[in-house]
Amino acid sequence: MSNFTKTKTTTTTTTTTVRAGARARRGSGSITRVVVLGAIAIAFISPIIFMIVTSLKTRADATAIPPSWIPNPISLQAFASILAPGTATPVLQWFANSMVAAALNATLVVITASLAAYPLARMQFRGKNFVFVIIVATLLVPPVILVIPNYLIVSELGWLNSLVAIIIPTAASAFGVFFMRQFFVGLPIELEEAARLDGANRFVIFMQVVLPLAKPALATLALLAFLGNWNDFLWPVYVLFSPEVQTLPAGLSTLQSANAVRYDLLMAGAVVASVPVLALFIFLQRFIIEGVSRSGVKG
Amino acid sequence: MSTKVGERALPTGRARRPSASEPESQNKRGMRAGTRQQGIATPWLFLAPYLLLFGSFVILPAVLGVWISLHSWDYTLPNKPFVGLDNYVALFSPGSTVSGPFWGSMRATGIFTVLSVPLLLIVPLAVALLMSKKFPGRDFLRAIYFAPYVLGVAVISVLWRYLLDNNIGLVNHYLGLLGLPDDTAWTTTTPAAWVALVGVTVWWTLGFNAVIYLAGLQDIPIELYEAARVDGAGPWLQFLHVTIPGLRPILSFITIITLLASANMFGQSYLMTQGGPGRETRTAIYQIADTGLRNFQMGSAAAMSYVLTIFLMAISAFVFYIFREKQPKKLEREVRS
Repeated sequence: MSNFTKTKTTTTTTTTTVRAGARARRGSGSITRVVVLGAIAIAFISPIIFMIVTSLKTRADATAIPPSWIPNPISLQAFASILAPGTATPVLQWFANSMVAAALNATLVVITASLAAYPLARMQFRGKNFVFVIIVATLLVPPVILVIPNYLIVSELGWLNSLVAIIIPTAASAFGVFFMRQFFVGLPIELEEAARLDGANRFVIFMQVVLPLAKPALATLALLAFLGNWNDFLWPVYVLFSPEVQTLPAGLSTLQSANAVRYDLLMAGAVVASVPVLALFIFLQRFIIEGVSRSGVKG
Repeated sequence: MSTKVGERALPTGRARRPSASEPESQNKRGMRAGTRQQGIATPWLFLAPYLLLFGSFVILPAVLGVWISLHSWDYTLPNKPFVGLDNYVALFSPGSTVSGPFWGSMRATGIFTVLSVPLLLIVPLAVALLMSKKFPGRDFLRAIYFAPYVLGVAVISVLWRYLLDNNIGLVNHYLGLLGLPDDTAWTTTTPAAWVALVGVTVWWTLGFNAVIYLAGLQDIPIELYEAARVDGAGPWLQFLHVTIPGLRPILSFITIITLLASANMFGQSYLMTQGGPGRETRTAIYQIADTGLRNFQMGSAAAMSYVLTIFLMAISAFVFYIFREKQPKKLEREVRS
């Protein structure tokens, strides 16, 4: 701090030269920046590339020394053998399970969270603050305390070893409510007021005025929920025990214990588990990244 | 009290219900009273689906967990006798069958957290600072740094166990080419396993934190930097006196979520090291899940989860406290003047 005040007084005379220098430096600086960041980025993404490369190798090629970045020959053997029906590790079934679970879970999250967020953003009622504070407080509660009792609840409901167990309990998204509420608060209220003067009730306003305006936020929340459910690991590992009901992450764990060093098969399984989320990310990354960054700014 | 609320709300409710079909005059009367109000049930009807889920799978389990922890609750046995605080006492009795493995796992979680959190605070900040100015390809680079995060813990763990394989893995191969030891057993010996777990986690979640930092950096008014520059502050002083104070709320947010995420580490250890060598990298979450959901000692596991939770909440409170100092305003004023 004291350093700063000192420089302030001494540098007033040199400001002009400093500025001219800064402009020149900015030009070359941005090239260096792009090169450095680009190099790091290539290194950064290379493990994912190597995963895809290995999935296209033969069994022998996958464990050859030195490891090669080009499959020789390019082979779909690994995919053929993990996707074949009737194995103890039904990857295709896991893929379907993951799809169904993540899609239904994301749908539930979007519906329940946006419905709940609307009155918290726009209505005055007794108990509103209490409800909101409780919901937000659970964002800070480590999820671990819920795992054991939720196992009992799910078991009591007869959902153990069934996809329902990973669709419904995790749909109680406090983050979703918080996220949608922040979005609704930021919407201009005039349209809703106009609709009210026209005699529309709250639900009609919500469905016909608010939700259409909230499409980007809904898409973001749906994507984040889908990704979260698709990638969830601990819960499915413990509540889904038969191979045919598992999701891909839990299945990968089974695949790994069944084929400890069949890296061609493991990488093919990892690719199958990655393709949908990578595709979503490539096409909709703006929604995902903005969703994540907004969670920080407003958190 | 509740009857009063009901009475007050009834007329509004009556005026609102026919509003779709009945004459305009009545409609408007309802409107005037109702710009801020609605039937008492309306907000709760909106909230109901969510609260049903929230009550059943968040509030109920949070309470039920305490109940379970007070019992000798073996999922496979019909009798679950009440044991008071015995499960907690056992955790704190050196030499009991549960305390050794539990505190060993707490130690593993502690080691992982202490090693990973500083890296996950500093490296993403550096990346975000490098990317804070616009340049061609910035959005593309940002997406690349974020990409590992969308893959999920199972994929990245299986992938890295392959890359870190001590015989045929890429990592040892390249270390060998650089003339470094090429036979490190990354997943079966410590401290190498810690380097592997922390390194992989930093690679996996760096982009997530960087994106949050980036958003925070863009919220700092440019005028503050300009003022500092006019005052002759170089990049380092600008960083210290404008960037850091401007990021303070984001810093506290990132610190807390990173701490909680690191303290909840499970998948990397489960898939990359299987908790080994021995139990050295078996984290607290791993221990709790295995005790409760593999060995079905749910009473003990629930007690462990509350002990862990109390630790985490104390640490979170401490972080909030640290970031709540009132220095930034003083600094800001100084920069402005």
